[in-house]
Amino acid sequence: MANSDRQVAVKFETVSKRYGTFTALKQVSLDIFDNEFFTLLGPSGCGKTTLLRSIAGFEDIQDGAIRLFGEDIAELPPNKRSVNTVFQNYALFPHMDVTENVMFGLRMLGTSEAEARKRAQEVLDLVQLQSFADRMPNQLSGGQQQRVALARALAPNPRVLLLDEPLSALDLKLRQAVRLELQELQKDTGITFIFVTHDQEEALTMSDRIAVINAGEVQQVGNAREIYEEPNNAFVASFIGETNLIKVDVGEPQDGKVAATLPGGVQLNCSAAVGAHAGSGHLSIRPERVNFCPLDKANLTGTVQRVVYLGTDMQVEVAIQSGQTINARVQNTQMAVIPSIGETVGMQLDAAAARVLGA
Amino acid sequence: MAADISSGGSSTITTYQGQGARMMLPAWVIIGFFLVLPVGMMLVYSFLTKEFRGGVIWDFSLAAYDQFFFDRGLFGDEPPKIEWTYITIFWRSIWQAAVATVLCLLIGFPTAWFIATRAGPARSIWLFAITIPYWVNLLIRTISMKFLIRDNGPLNEFLLAIGVIGEPIGLINTNFAVQLGLFYSYLPFMVLPIYASVERYNMAYSEAAADLYASKWAALRFVVLPIVKPGIIAGCILVFVPSLGAFLAPDLLGGAKNFMIGSLIEEQFKGNAGNWPFGAAASMILLSMVLVVLAFYARAQTKAGDR
Repeated sequence: MANSDRQVAVKFETVSKRYGTFTALKQVSLDIFDNEFFTLLGPSGCGKTTLLRSIAGFEDIQDGAIRLFGEDIAELPPNKRSVNTVFQNYALFPHMDVTENVMFGLRMLGTSEAEARKRAQEVLDLVQLQSFADRMPNQLSGGQQQRVALARALAPNPRVLLLDEPLSALDLKLRQAVRLELQELQKDTGITFIFVTHDQEEALTMSDRIAVINAGEVQQVGNAREIYEEPNNAFVASFIGETNLIKVDVGEPQDGKVAATLPGGVQLNCSAAVGAHAGSGHLSIRPERVNFCPLDKANLTGTVQRVVYLGTDMQVEVAIQSGQTINARVQNTQMAVIPSIGETVGMQLDAAAARVLGA
Repeated sequence: MAADISSGGSSTITTYQGQGARMMLPAWVIIGFFLVLPVGMMLVYSFLTKEFRGGVIWDFSLAAYDQFFFDRGLFGDEPPKIEWTYITIFWRSIWQAAVATVLCLLIGFPTAWFIATRAGPARSIWLFAITIPYWVNLLIRTISMKFLIRDNGPLNEFLLAIGVIGEPIGLINTNFAVQLGLFYSYLPFMVLPIYASVERYNMAYSEAAADLYASKWAALRFVVLPIVKPGIIAGCILVFVPSLGAFLAPDLLGGAKNFMIGSLIEEQFKGNAGNWPFGAAASMILLSMVLVVLAFYARAQTKAGDR
């Protein structure tokens, strides 16, 4: 479906927020579509949580507008916004049992007791917690608490569900299982999920689209593949996965293509990010796209500095002419030929995977 | 080798237990000397016969309790009727203490909330400010209160000067004056326990409540108050119990009309006019009432613990 045809659930229009002299959000404009799993991804302190909390109404914005299905909600208090939040540490009411926690929102909306109880059972079924309905929050494990928080936020059937790093308190195995469940839950309910995380793997595996945020600004919006393979700038390229940023001489970009001259003089025709310009620039290439080859077929050569064993891969660090270090990944299979330290090696950079970045 | 370790271990434990008992000694001395002994003496005295110039005669008698509850006429030979004098005084005391407690709660809760939600250094300053008046003796403070609210005191003069009132309002020697005095005396005992509760309260609960469509009042009623309830109950007990037995505020601010239990008991032990067994009996009745309040509290706490 073309993005222009889709209904916008949450729209940020040049939203700014300052705390004293610190600018938390700089002119953020962003469209989040109905029925999508949207992730705000960035390092801690980048403004992603502020962005999420401003949808819920816990942060006032100083400039711009936030629209929920077209309606400007900037002046509405949190209890008047039809969005619900799964809080980072769940914030389950400690004096209420699981059912009462889940029923709370419906009770506040004036739903009849019988109906609220029925709906609570429905959502507890949905998160597979039927048998825990009478427990108090402190009698539940972290994973169970997380599900109660999810059920509580889903019970009033919000138009948008906000999830503030809900998996960060869980251990790795559980986290991986919950990722899939969350994704399925989003598809089943059709509710727009807006998910905040600093974990790029979480973002890549769960999201329909991702906004990468740094220093209060949206760096790039796109699906997982676009974000990973077509990063706009050095921040996105190095925050999502690992990358090599090689200093190159850049030609004049044309139709998203550009010629880059590598250290050593070989020219590579690769894709150009928006904002890439002629002159000196950076070429990004992922370690797994750097292949070792005979010297005569190489477009880059160097000396092996270090070999690190990573389990599934071996990481080989190679110093090239310009003094920069290039990381290459070699899969740890029987056929793998691992160069030894001090050896001069040839490398083939995969032109299809190389990208000249914007400033 | 293994035997060495185990014998060494057990001897360590024995020594430790011995030390434990010895370390409990001060606590037992304090409880015995300051709690069991005086209350026991009071209990015994309440069942003795009064000596006319104060003191007691060591003859068992129920006269003190009889005098408290029954009226047998001037010569003690009429059929017993209920004696309302002391019951009325007790009832008035309960009422005064209850009003003072409610006043303390209404002012104390927002105060505690305000202090607990300040940033670190400001919080310490506010807490300190709350305790400053308590560096001054209670008697002095109560007398100051009397000067403040008397007919030609600063409060009335101020109100007269700005024209709110045409003539002094008679505050002194009223129930209200007593309630005001009690409120002023015991406010920090309300603020501090509530402060401790609110300080531990996670503001995310309020955000969650608002997120789930609760208005500010609904969030207070259904989330905040139930969670900080232990602090509120502790504060109410710490204000209600001493207010019930207080005698400075009723004496100095209430006058003769507004006699409370504390003053009644105090009179029994003052000078030659007293009646020690009667004073002791009144104290025991007061103590029983306080214990009933505490029993309710304990039951509420156990229930909360069960959940």
